[in-house]
Amino acid sequence: MLTPEGERVEHPDYDIDLTPEEIRGLYRDLVLVRRVDLEAVALQRQGELGLWASLLGQEAAQIGSGRALAATDMVFPTYREHGVAWCRGVDPVNLLGMFRGVNHGGWDPAEHNFHLYTIVIGSQTLHAVGYAMGVQRDGAENATLVYFGDGATSQGDVNESFIWASVFNAPVVFFCQNNQWAISEPLEKQTRIPLYRRASGFGFPGIRVDGNDVLACLAVTRKALADVRSGQGPTLIEAFTYRMGAHTTSDDPTRYRVASELEAWKLKDPIERVRAYMFKNQLADQDFFDAIDAEADELGKDVRKRCLALPDPEPLAIFDHVYAEPHRLMEEERAEFAAYLEGFEG
Amino acid sequence: MTSLTLAKALNEGMRKAMEDDPKVLIMGEDVGKLGGVFRVTDGLQKDFGEQRVIDTPLAESGIIGTAIGLALRGYRPVCEIQFDGFVFPAADQIITQLAKMPLRSLGKLRLPVVVRIPCGGGIGAVEHHSESPEAYFTHTAGLRVVACSNPVDGYTMIQQAIRSDDPVVFFEPKRRYWEKAEVDTAASAADWTPFDQARVVRQGSDVTLLAYGPMVKTCLEAATAAEDDGRSVEVVDLRSLNPLDVDRVVESVSRTGRCIVVHEAPIYNGFGAEIAARVTERCFYSLEAPVLRVGGPSTPYPPSRLEDHYLPDLDRVLEAVDRVFAF
Repeated sequence: MLTPEGERVEHPDYDIDLTPEEIRGLYRDLVLVRRVDLEAVALQRQGELGLWASLLGQEAAQIGSGRALAATDMVFPTYREHGVAWCRGVDPVNLLGMFRGVNHGGWDPAEHNFHLYTIVIGSQTLHAVGYAMGVQRDGAENATLVYFGDGATSQGDVNESFIWASVFNAPVVFFCQNNQWAISEPLEKQTRIPLYRRASGFGFPGIRVDGNDVLACLAVTRKALADVRSGQGPTLIEAFTYRMGAHTTSDDPTRYRVASELEAWKLKDPIERVRAYMFKNQLADQDFFDAIDAEADELGKDVRKRCLALPDPEPLAIFDHVYAEPHRLMEEERAEFAAYLEGFEG
Repeated sequence: MTSLTLAKALNEGMRKAMEDDPKVLIMGEDVGKLGGVFRVTDGLQKDFGEQRVIDTPLAESGIIGTAIGLALRGYRPVCEIQFDGFVFPAADQIITQLAKMPLRSLGKLRLPVVVRIPCGGGIGAVEHHSESPEAYFTHTAGLRVVACSNPVDGYTMIQQAIRSDDPVVFFEPKRRYWEKAEVDTAASAADWTPFDQARVVRQGSDVTLLAYGPMVKTCLEAATAAEDDGRSVEVVDLRSLNPLDVDRVVESVSRTGRCIVVHEAPIYNGFGAEIAARVTERCFYSLEAPVLRVGGPSTPYPPSRLEDHYLPDLDRVLEAVDRVFAF
């Protein structure tokens, strides 16, 4: 719906009519989440984070789908959905906790209707379907949106989640960000057919969308969520995009992919095309772009400052929250460990 | 008082839990019309409907994974894994998600999911239908692991497990499903033994047998037989494996001075090893002999024509009693 050159294209099935204000909002989201991501990579390089999984290149897929959601919809992310987290109002600093090693997940899923990051590939698809089955039993009209990648489509859990969603007609939308690479393995190691076509074998619609086109991602996700809310069952969306960075900061993509591939995708950058479209159609002036850039820099600085201020947990926190109810082994070991630590004092 | 088999007691316990709380769901393979392959969920779908008693697709990871999602939405799913040896496809969801998600959320999420597993041998079954996988789960922090041994505990412990805000792996000794006992279904839940407590099921003064699930009955029979030899044998039903009720175990062994752990699972790295270590640490000066373990050989479960040799029985327990006295 938005070409890499910033030309607006109409689509007969997925019309979308956004105000200039809304377009400017999407642009702001895209720029800010890229800036947070850049800051997090820098923090990792400086030793302040143990790891970071960059979303570089996938901003449109995440902001487009994330902004299609209603506040009451539930989201199940992977560990790379920083853009979606932004849309759900999760403080970016809270995303850093697990990568800095101060916790395994630092936000309240219920407060944001945004579940914790799931690291094991594809597990969350089943959680999403189960959640959606709960929504169904509640007689509610909320949708559930679950994210996963191209690599995850090879996991048993993802395939089981497709089956469950299909036979129970669960109100869930599957959003696959096909970024072409599962660490070092290209898409052809996962599939012989386009991923969206997998859906037909499970009995629900699948659609491929340009994952670098924020408008298309927004339109397609909106439609799928509306279908879910009206009881029409699941949809698989394959957002065709590209992981412009490394898998994580521990990865070295120069070992397995050629630079020209990245250069080709840079021409399809998800942010540049929105900027070009806005320029051409005079939806914003230079002052607007300058203001967004300044806001992004402020956000980056703020995230950095608050990341460095994240306190290390107390040693005895190891025993917190393992169980919801009193558990004598936890109590015993906590007391022993406390006594051991006290032995070093004074 | 009502005379109930273990299977029926579990069924009545689940029925009561479903009546008490509309959020309780039953899910698993064949749990609906069929009532489960052991009929433990018999009649529940008929009375509570398909929305609450869910015949799932045939995929164990899917059962536990979707149960987690349902729990996140406020439900209390009770999942049936059809046989012990079929739990492993669900191991990732149980170990990596169910057990760890509450901690991951810093306590904001609770997962009141019960995973029911018919366990153990003795029914002449084919491979994968007679295993005792409890040690895999007792080793996983975040799970509670319990085992019922009789209809009274079946009725009460399943309800306690369902009410718990923690995930519970609930072992049911399948060869005891058809054994009956009097169950007081009118007793107040406040009077039930807490489901994380062990219970002395036979008092004695010379040696303590520690067992759970299917082996409790075997140990009680051994205790009766040992009486003829003039030996007073105490039997403790551990009931909860994680947490272990160490204090009750220590109290008993300190009195008797001898301790034998009995389970069907292979001895090597079995749950008995944990007990032996703890009893040794806590009762060292009371012990007349090392803690002995009676269990399955450290092999895969054999073809059923050999299972009588594999499973600890009366004679194997009595032989261990002789050894512990001979020390």
